[in-house]
Amino acid sequence: MTEFSVVGKRIPRVDGVVKATGEARYAGDMSLPRMLYGKILRSPHPHARIVNINTDKAERLHGVKAVISGRDTLGIKYITFQLLSRLADDSVLAIDKVRFVGDEVAAVAAIDEDIAEEALDLIKVEYQELPAVFDPAEAMKADAPQIHDHVDGNIGLSRQVEFGDVDQAFKESDYVREDIFHTPAVIHGFLETHACLASFDPAGKLAIWTSTQSPYSVQTLLAKTLGIREGDIKVTRPHVGGGFGGKVEMLAHEFCAALLSKKTGRPVRIEYTRDEEFTAGRRRHPMMIELKSGVKKDGTLVVRACRNIIDGGAYLGLGGIVVSNSITLPALTYRVPNYRYEAHRVYTNKPPGTAMRGFGGPQPVFALESHLDMIAKDLGIDPAEMRLKNAVQPGDEIPKVAKISTCGLSECIQKAANRAGWAGKKGRLPKGRGVGMACYGFASGALFNIFNTRLPYSEVHVKLNDDGTVNILTQAADIGQGSNTVLSQIVAEELGVSVEDVTITASDTQNAPMDLGSFSSRVTLFAGNAARAAAADAKQQVFEATSGPLGLKIHQHMEAKDRRIYIREHPEKGLTFSEAVLAAQRAKNGMPVMGRGIFDPRKSAGFGSPTWSFGAQVAEVEVDSETGQVEVLKVTAAHDCGKAINPLLLEGQLEGSIHMGMGYALSEEILFDGGLTLNPSSLNYKIPLADQTPEIETIEVETHDPEGPFGAKEAGEGLTLPVAPAIANAVYDAVGVRIKELPITPNKILKALEENEDRKQEGSRIERKQQSMYPTEGNTKKQKGVIGYGDFEGDQS
Amino acid sequence: MKRVIGLSVNGESHEVAIEPNRTLVKVLRQGLGLTGTKQGCDDGACGCCTVIMDGRPVLSCLVLATDAQGKEILTIEGLAANGQLHPLQSAFIEHGAIQCGFCTPGMILSAKAFLDEDPEPTPEKVKIGISGNLCRCTGYVKITQAILSASRALGSGGQQND
Repeated sequence: MTEFSVVGKRIPRVDGVVKATGEARYAGDMSLPRMLYGKILRSPHPHARIVNINTDKAERLHGVKAVISGRDTLGIKYITFQLLSRLADDSVLAIDKVRFVGDEVAAVAAIDEDIAEEALDLIKVEYQELPAVFDPAEAMKADAPQIHDHVDGNIGLSRQVEFGDVDQAFKESDYVREDIFHTPAVIHGFLETHACLASFDPAGKLAIWTSTQSPYSVQTLLAKTLGIREGDIKVTRPHVGGGFGGKVEMLAHEFCAALLSKKTGRPVRIEYTRDEEFTAGRRRHPMMIELKSGVKKDGTLVVRACRNIIDGGAYLGLGGIVVSNSITLPALTYRVPNYRYEAHRVYTNKPPGTAMRGFGGPQPVFALESHLDMIAKDLGIDPAEMRLKNAVQPGDEIPKVAKISTCGLSECIQKAANRAGWAGKKGRLPKGRGVGMACYGFASGALFNIFNTRLPYSEVHVKLNDDGTVNILTQAADIGQGSNTVLSQIVAEELGVSVEDVTITASDTQNAPMDLGSFSSRVTLFAGNAARAAAADAKQQVFEATSGPLGLKIHQHMEAKDRRIYIREHPEKGLTFSEAVLAAQRAKNGMPVMGRGIFDPRKSAGFGSPTWSFGAQVAEVEVDSETGQVEVLKVTAAHDCGKAINPLLLEGQLEGSIHMGMGYALSEEILFDGGLTLNPSSLNYKIPLADQTPEIETIEVETHDPEGPFGAKEAGEGLTLPVAPAIANAVYDAVGVRIKELPITPNKILKALEENEDRKQEGSRIERKQQSMYPTEGNTKKQKGVIGYGDFEGDQS
Repeated sequence: MKRVIGLSVNGESHEVAIEPNRTLVKVLRQGLGLTGTKQGCDDGACGCCTVIMDGRPVLSCLVLATDAQGKEILTIEGLAANGQLHPLQSAFIEHGAIQCGFCTPGMILSAKAFLDEDPEPTPEKVKIGISGNLCRCTGYVKITQAILSASRALGSGGQQND
């Protein structure tokens, strides 16, 4: 194994000092002279036609500089997932209809926030209320209110995948089991709410500083909706206070700040309040998952049928990926020779779903991993052994879903089980205590280009300076996950310098090379490969310029290490890194040494993603049978990350994933009354606190993936998937109740305990096949929202 | 109707003209440009805006700026002294307790306030001590480790020692 100097080391993050001292600037910290404050007027109705908007009074309020509504826009419909632009359904400000409580209707710019707020009250909107629908089951019925005109029925998107002979395989199975699971709407909960500052100059060029995971997403969608060229928009990402998927899409504040700035000729800042985030912000899609499995007596999986009904809310946004992933991710972990998956994303009059850590995976994986435990129980098999028996292996191909290169799933199952003391604990702990296991796989970036750009997915520039320093220029977005540190390490390793020698500028859309952004766990692999290629390009230029003076023979090789450039076979023959860079500059008449690198995954194997991470997790819980309260005592997680570029940061990602997964498992849920959010505050939307967080042990399994830079794969998203099912399985082990609807609240546990008691008294086991309430048969074929693989190809350059 | 108030922040005196309904966090951020104090909500639910007022941690989104007159306020900008990071700041960096950094100023100040009261807390006490501060990135594991490490460093004369 190669000895690395920088890669694999526990290096503190490069932006640690500015963040620890409060000097790091976030979008809401930015201001400019003559800056105005913007506020957005939102719909109070879940579904209504806009009859008239009167802004006269608001415009006359002293201190108000501009008011805009849908009629001030170009009226262009857009969709974030631009590969499906035929399904564009969103307007930045409502044109004809509003489709959820919180839908954006108008916006104001004023000299202070109070005046802007007051002006919102003076805008008179006349609505004609329409019947609304909130439950996908209702929305799919023939007589349901139609939310969008371009879709017959409310099924916005569907995907189906089938392989093998499913019906025959069910007949040949020894045992068949069916279950239905439900998951709620949950929110990202980033501590920095959305914020941006936009400034149009008199020449018509726009500069915008915004809290985003993807500067390019904001650039391309602003260009589309404002009707200007992408190249005239400079999107700058300051420090970002968390994203978790919720800051991938351009949202109304960015458009409104830009248009208000254009109208007033002054900079405009808009910050969302926490209440706005809860009531109108994007969130994780609620899902209903129907699972049916056929197995052999020994636990071998034979066939699976899975149907996901996804509550999409009012607009598509990034729903295409969620639909796709809700099939891909549960199909990834186990060998199943026959399968049929379908997923339908249904419009409802609620805030739209979007990407959220796991991106369509946490919902079906909760279902699948719970369902597997129930099958293991029915068959009397240890659930860890059943998982091992069926685990995918390196080199496997899952037809129409994924090609697996490296895969440490089996090792993860074994290591997590050993470290957690599985054999001694499963089914053996005193009543009230239990352990549960769950597994997962996740993408390392998507092979499809969601913005449908002809530019490379990731490009990085690296400049070498003759004082020994190195500058990296990229658009890759560090949103807290630490990509600036990881990219600095990759470049430092390739060039043989130290991380202190490297300065990274993760800059704006005009000055920095292209990167699609931070989502789908793509940055380490995509931008990391591009960064390594850029560093290698620069290094090669230095080697070429210095090989002559060093007297290199044709069979000898050059090395860059320890801030030196030397002949590998004769390490004493060499130059310092600075001298070598200066020599290379002189050789080219003073031209700076600049390396460029791209990563274009269309050339890679893998389908869906260049490669996949895997892992297993064991949760140990204590359940109080009196109160129904669940305490998670310990989580042991083994994660196949390919290669840990920075174990310190990697652990942070894994621990954060477990924490977020725990909230999903036990406490987080956005509650609705019709279309109205009932708990729009962190006081009653329960994100786990420090004293509720369990002991966490993470185990890194390294499989050295050939696709990744120095072997690295995904970390920090996939591990969100197994937390809820591991806890659900542990709750079952502890008190014998099976909760199939997240979150696992004390109420649900107590109710299930009571039902168990009733059942015992009846003296017989009640077996009930759950009936689907969601008929889609024959209802999807004619939809233009049915997506297939062609939809993810885009315009090939 | 604006009125002029005096605030003592990080050892410096300031006079600012504000509307009487302005919260301390707004005045620190907008009036004094001390944007290190973050605002994550406006109902005291997240802890991002924690500052130390007369030695006690307060949520500056729930304190009227006028009520902070005559009190000594410490924000994150005032924690490092003579160009030296406070041991809590060093420990947060070294232990990977910072990710997005938005909760960090409030978290560090909450930690400082309870370490001043209880210099040698147990891990359980640390967790309770920061349970008024939300962090969505770290799962609190490395934050807890960092605070325990800083408490040891402070105990041995302020030197970072792990």
